Amino acid sequence: MSMEIPYTVDVRPDTGLTNGKLGIWLFLASEVMLFGALFASYVMLRVGAHEWPAGATYLNIPLATLNTVILISSSVTMVLAWASLAKRDFSRFRVFMGITILCGLGFLVIKYFEYTSKFHHGYFPATNTFLGVYFTLTGLHGLHVIGGMAVNGYLWGPGSALWKTDPVHFTNRVENAGLFWHLVDLVWIFLFPILYLL
Amino acid sequence: MGLETAVAHGAAHDAQHEELGFWRKYVFSVDHKMIGIQYAITGLLFLLFGFCLMMLMRWQLAYPGAALPILGTLLGEARMPGGTMLPEFYNELGAMHGTIMVFMGVVPLAVGGFGNFVLPLQIGAPDMAFPRINMASYWSYFVGGCVMLASFFVPGGAAQSGWTSYAPLSVIAGSGQTWWLIGMVFLITSSLLGSINFIVTTIQLRAPGLSFWRLPFFVWAQFVTSFLLLLAFPPLEGAAVLQLMDRLAKTSFFLPSGLVVSGQVLEVSGGGNPLLWQHLFWFLAHPEVYVLILPAMGIVAEVIANNTRKPLWGYRSMVYSLMFLGFMSFIVWAHHMFITGMGTTMAAFFQTTTMIISIPSVVILSALVLSLYGGSIRFTTPMLFALGFLPMFGIGGLTGLPLGLTAADIHLHDTYYVIGHFHYVVAPGTIFGLFAGIYYWFPKATGRLMNETLGKIHFAGSFVFMNVIFMPMFIMGLAGVSRRLYDGGASYAHAQPVLQWNVVSSWGAWGLALFQIPFIFNFFWSIYRGKKTDANPWHATTLEWSAPSPPPHGNFLTPPAAYRGPYEYSVPGAASDYSPQWEAAKA
Amino acid sequence: MSESHDTKNAHAGHADVDHHVRAAYYVFGSLLVLTGFTVGAYFLHLPHKLAITLALLIATVKGTLVAAWFMHLVSERKMIFWMLGLTAVLFFPLLLLPTLTVLDRIMLR
Repeated sequence: MSMEIPYTVDVRPDTGLTNGKLGIWLFLASEVMLFGALFASYVMLRVGAHEWPAGATYLNIPLATLNTVILISSSVTMVLAWASLAKRDFSRFRVFMGITILCGLGFLVIKYFEYTSKFHHGYFPATNTFLGVYFTLTGLHGLHVIGGMAVNGYLWGPGSALWKTDPVHFTNRVENAGLFWHLVDLVWIFLFPILYLL
Repeated sequence: MGLETAVAHGAAHDAQHEELGFWRKYVFSVDHKMIGIQYAITGLLFLLFGFCLMMLMRWQLAYPGAALPILGTLLGEARMPGGTMLPEFYNELGAMHGTIMVFMGVVPLAVGGFGNFVLPLQIGAPDMAFPRINMASYWSYFVGGCVMLASFFVPGGAAQSGWTSYAPLSVIAGSGQTWWLIGMVFLITSSLLGSINFIVTTIQLRAPGLSFWRLPFFVWAQFVTSFLLLLAFPPLEGAAVLQLMDRLAKTSFFLPSGLVVSGQVLEVSGGGNPLLWQHLFWFLAHPEVYVLILPAMGIVAEVIANNTRKPLWGYRSMVYSLMFLGFMSFIVWAHHMFITGMGTTMAAFFQTTTMIISIPSVVILSALVLSLYGGSIRFTTPMLFALGFLPMFGIGGLTGLPLGLTAADIHLHDTYYVIGHFHYVVAPGTIFGLFAGIYYWFPKATGRLMNETLGKIHFAGSFVFMNVIFMPMFIMGLAGVSRRLYDGGASYAHAQPVLQWNVVSSWGAWGLALFQIPFIFNFFWSIYRGKKTDANPWHATTLEWSAPSPPPHGNFLTPPAAYRGPYEYSVPGAASDYSPQWEAAKA
Repeated sequence: MSESHDTKNAHAGHADVDHHVRAAYYVFGSLLVLTGFTVGAYFLHLPHKLAITLALLIATVKGTLVAAWFMHLVSERKMIFWMLGLTAVLFFPLLLLPTLTVLDRIMLR
């Protein structure tokens, strides 16, 4: 049962926005506050700690650098996926969206190796506050990567049926999903130096 | 879209609507009105349940250690051996009373219920911007509520570390606390989804001619409230994740080094900070109290304008105050933490912002009071509750001032004075506002009026007994009686002179319960037997009153537009004492 | 409805998108370079406070590039800016005030 909600596809003239665009930005604002709280926790715990290990003591910097490059690349391919739709090239969209999803997968695979390596060495969240912060922050970020991949996967797969009936609506959806994906990248841009390099 | 198309569209939708089965129409509905009613009924049930928990506690407070007849034995030996309440059970009741009232009662009713039902109607929209997300937000709330209720039945019982769940106690507490944290995640998710919907709807779906400065104050209140929910809840979600990590993964975000529990040093890595929990919790919980009050202020404003037959006094100042209040609410939180040992600089900072935030509250309350001056007052039931709200919120607000001043707070913090203060704001404050809203919008939702006589009895009894319960708490607090004591202070010498007030408050609570019976009866009876009415029984000016009572799917028979401000009552030279927003100016 | 949009804005729209894509490539390149700086700065083994400042500075520049061009904020509506501005203003008290309340009681390195 669908209802004729205005400005789902067309922009409202005085705001220049679609409902979805405004909605996703509001959601991103809430995500900024979520990660903000976790960064605030990191600041308070670290400033209050007698000693705090350098990231390199426990963490693999080359792997994380690779992960950073992977995420940044996936952000670009996400833009290219949207751009393909904006130029009405659906098959190119599928290529770029597919690469974006694969990059996300690559990120998670590397994270898997990182985590298991820690466990193998006996480093667990319970071991000390640094590791507690590391696992929790990267874990929550990882959950967001999974969420983003799920949305992107849906848009690549079953959701792409909307392209045939309402291409503008579908393009907007991809753009909004892209905004979420860029936020995931943005959070990692801060997480990487803070956890690994400082 | 032409008028005929719109009407045909509406009719077509109605035809489609008739094909919806029971489950899609009443249970998994995406219609904001149905979702609003779901929120309201669920919220009211939880309010009743939370009230019952408190009535149980009040027996223990009035008669510490005495066996509770009948009910005491029903609750079992694990919680009330021989009918006398165990301290652990008292703590469970206390923590869950607060949690349920705030997160499962008041906010779902005030925001989920009233916001969902009224807001799209007041802005002339066919529904919320995201109907399916709206449905998801209700069910997330429902699941969270079920998780919270289920926690009573796990080994060790429900959460018992206060609704504030302070570490380290909450971290070492029984499994009920884990359920509390999981329940909170669902409740927070519900709020986040709802707030996004409200903000987008208000910005994007206003009818033609409805500029921001023509919005009813109720819409502004819900709009600001939604921003508070959107930006303040995520830190608590983060904190809940951290506490779950502490409890389940044995991290030490909130556990300091060398913590000793029952004579043994806790086997954790340590290095955590219990104050971190307090900061993250109160970062949400302070804006949360404004989430509790703003919708009620919105309702009271609507009811007062309508029942004085004149415009609100100072509408613009009220709206600016709302915005200022909303913003300031994010930077006052540590006034809940004055006694945690923070330095004088930071304490002074938070004291200053706290004093400043009282200004917009005073502006709003004063404007509401001034709105009465020169009015032609109709003492309908909604108006009685709205009028009752004013002095009650006044008392609540004024008693907050000593708490916001660090020096006075040293004596008053964590005493019954605090309980008296915040209950005045929430109970005869917000809840009176919500009752006003129920009586006011009941005819819109059902097409029938609630009974006025029963409503007046409900009001009179509630007003008297609310004061009987909460006024003595200031006396007890000033005498230094701490809160959360399961015997109400009976074992403390300094409490002895004021202990009798516990008995007074308890009988007040049980009296208050009696006077809710006419309301509960009235509510259900009027759905079927209430006096039938038309679209606008109150002769009100805002857009929702142009829709049929109850509104059909899609809300309006013809697409509405706004031609004037929201409170054009008693306009000089007009034919009647109200000029509705939706009626075009004649010639 | 989308067809009329297409015919009206086809050429202008495509040029717009191409511009956007080109900007994205430039940003991509900049981000890779800045990532190199981030890791490089680590190997400089700077004194602690300087290291933090530099790392956060570079991260902020990278974040701004992502927000401005990938997330298209450079050409976004006023409404969105207001929302984000409000969020930014509330972000910093959250980040800093808790630590400030305990600063005089904990050891600083």
